[in-house]
Amino acid sequence: MTGKGGTGKTTVAGALALALAADGRRTLVVEVEGRQGLAQLFDTPPLPYQERRIAVAPGGGEVRALAVDVEEALLDYLDMFYRLGGAGRALQRLGAVDFATTIAPGLRDVLLTGKVKEAVTRTTRTGDRTRAYDAVVLDAPPTGRIARFLNVTAETAKLAKVGPIKTQSEGVSAILRSPMTAVHVVTLLEEMPVQETADAAAELAGLGLPVGAVIVNGTRPPLLSGRVTQAEIRRGLVAAGLPADRTTVAGLAAEAGAYRTRLALESRLRDELTGLGHLMLELPLLPDGIDLSGLYSLAASLTKQGVVAP
Amino acid sequence: MSTEEKTEGAVSSRPVGPPTLDVDAIVNDPSIRIVVCCGAGGVGKTTTAAALALRAAEAGRRTVVLTIDPARRLAQSMGLTELDNAPRPVPDVDTSAGGELYAMMLDMKRTFDEVVLAHTDPAKAAEIFANPFYQAMSSTFAGTQEYMAMEKLSQLRATDRWDLIVVDTPPSRSALDFLDAPQHLAKFLDGRMLRLLLVPARTGGRSVLRLMTASFSLVGRAFTKVLGTELISDVSTFVSSLDSTFGGFRQRAERTYRVLQARETAFLLVAAPEPDAIREATYFAERLAADHMPLHGLVLNRVHEVAAPALSVERSLGAAESLDDDAATTAAVLRIHAALRRRVERERQVADRFAHAHPSVPLSAVPALAEDVHDLTGLRAVGAALADAH
Repeated sequence: MTGKGGTGKTTVAGALALALAADGRRTLVVEVEGRQGLAQLFDTPPLPYQERRIAVAPGGGEVRALAVDVEEALLDYLDMFYRLGGAGRALQRLGAVDFATTIAPGLRDVLLTGKVKEAVTRTTRTGDRTRAYDAVVLDAPPTGRIARFLNVTAETAKLAKVGPIKTQSEGVSAILRSPMTAVHVVTLLEEMPVQETADAAAELAGLGLPVGAVIVNGTRPPLLSGRVTQAEIRRGLVAAGLPADRTTVAGLAAEAGAYRTRLALESRLRDELTGLGHLMLELPLLPDGIDLSGLYSLAASLTKQGVVAP
Repeated sequence: MSTEEKTEGAVSSRPVGPPTLDVDAIVNDPSIRIVVCCGAGGVGKTTTAAALALRAAEAGRRTVVLTIDPARRLAQSMGLTELDNAPRPVPDVDTSAGGELYAMMLDMKRTFDEVVLAHTDPAKAAEIFANPFYQAMSSTFAGTQEYMAMEKLSQLRATDRWDLIVVDTPPSRSALDFLDAPQHLAKFLDGRMLRLLLVPARTGGRSVLRLMTASFSLVGRAFTKVLGTELISDVSTFVSSLDSTFGGFRQRAERTYRVLQARETAFLLVAAPEPDAIREATYFAERLAADHMPLHGLVLNRVHEVAAPALSVERSLGAAESLDDDAATTAAVLRIHAALRRRVERERQVADRFAHAHPSVPLSAVPALAEDVHDLTGLRAVGAALADAH
């Protein structure tokens, strides 16, 4: 899940994880930017680097959340692939982990996406190789950085021509470019987010990364279609027994005018998004802001628009 | 009813307590030479920076605005079509007061290249440029953008060509990275790891085997195993060839850091009345205070206003329901008003969080515009709204 800053990317990621976990499924929602946005969204204490159950989905599913920490991910990786537990800690003490992730941002992204790959491909021990998660939702970096973030092979190819980092990044890259992955872009019906959505979708497609849906957040049903005169407003106010002084009438007319301007702009932007040719989903503006019940209502809205786990 | 009374007075989401931010007093103060705009992404930070710069220029100051990755339309509105890392004159600016406006977009790779060229001989620079590690680091190093913004700022300041430099900070995951850049680099340079890596290259060897002496053997083996010998050797060569340059880097980063603390700098926080943006602004205000950076005020963008303050949410919605059949249009207008009013109240609550935490930080509330800025006229209007603070 990507999107311009301020479009509600984390909220939509949370809602999608809820929707996909419906009816007894299990999903994981992953955060990689260290903001603890998921904990705030789900109203839970800050997430550790550990998969935690954070919500029960409609119909009895389960949403787990994970905040990936780069240093921990690297140590994890050392442990898993090299059995270098002690040496890993020594590296950390030396500042090597900081060094490695600082000097090689490609490595950083390999580790973060690598953790996601691990969760996606993990199977449960019991049973016949059932996947541990029905879906993994990644609350990814914003549109401006998403292509670079997901294009891990290109970044690491500059650095490591052979060796385990290369192997790992190629594995991640293969998953990200497979039909298992869809990169969804969250936007608002505002000019800059729409522009960035178009730019990001083109950039991702150019890199062979599969663009999923464009998710329009914060939409409102149109309340007013045609023009409205001050005389009409005055008559209505009088009929309802409300103050109909000049300030109020002119004020309401001005508010209605601004509303119509906004609506016209939104309609033009919606057309631009439709023109991108991706699946489009819409989520309503929640008048009272986002709380837990609002999050469930967004999830229900996604379900109603046909969003189900594969 | 007390809530009713309170909401009757709320026509805008601007918090009541804080003093008014006078942006004209800042941009026209000859002793202020740097204005830094910071805040979360997506709050109109770049637009604010550009609008302030235009206003300063048209008031007579020789101004340059340093933007980082501006939205295409905003760049076009200033006549910026290419990213060439040099200030370009912005056409159609009113220069009758003796000022001028230049704008530039930061190209971090090119800035990095310039620094290398300025501090090494051409042969060594060529060697550095050819190093795959340099290529990766100069374009993607975590913090390079922040650091290069500092570097560019110090370059612009050093020329004495400008009365005022307006800086738009990078849209970092955390806007604080901008301040961390010098220490980050210093930490990196002082790091033991770096010194270890320097050893083999300095003694002429290209392998890291020397790392694996005595107590470091285990670590060295782990490092080599994970990163691969070739990678380590690239880093090692890169770091040693850049060693002399790095010293200069760090000194300048530290000098810029001190300039940011000085009287000649004014920090402006930019936010929108949304929870994330306000949280970021609050945090940033604390961070600036901790670093002794001069915070001059908060620009609160996209503040909504109610034009018919006499009607509360409840009365409007109640009346709308009774009017649905006979006067559907007025009912719709009242619903629009109620939604707007509710939004204003919510924004006000959010903005109040900042005002409560930092009651003495002056504030300028800028009304929400129906459309984005497309040209200088739009930018001028934003500047006027900023100055016409309330």
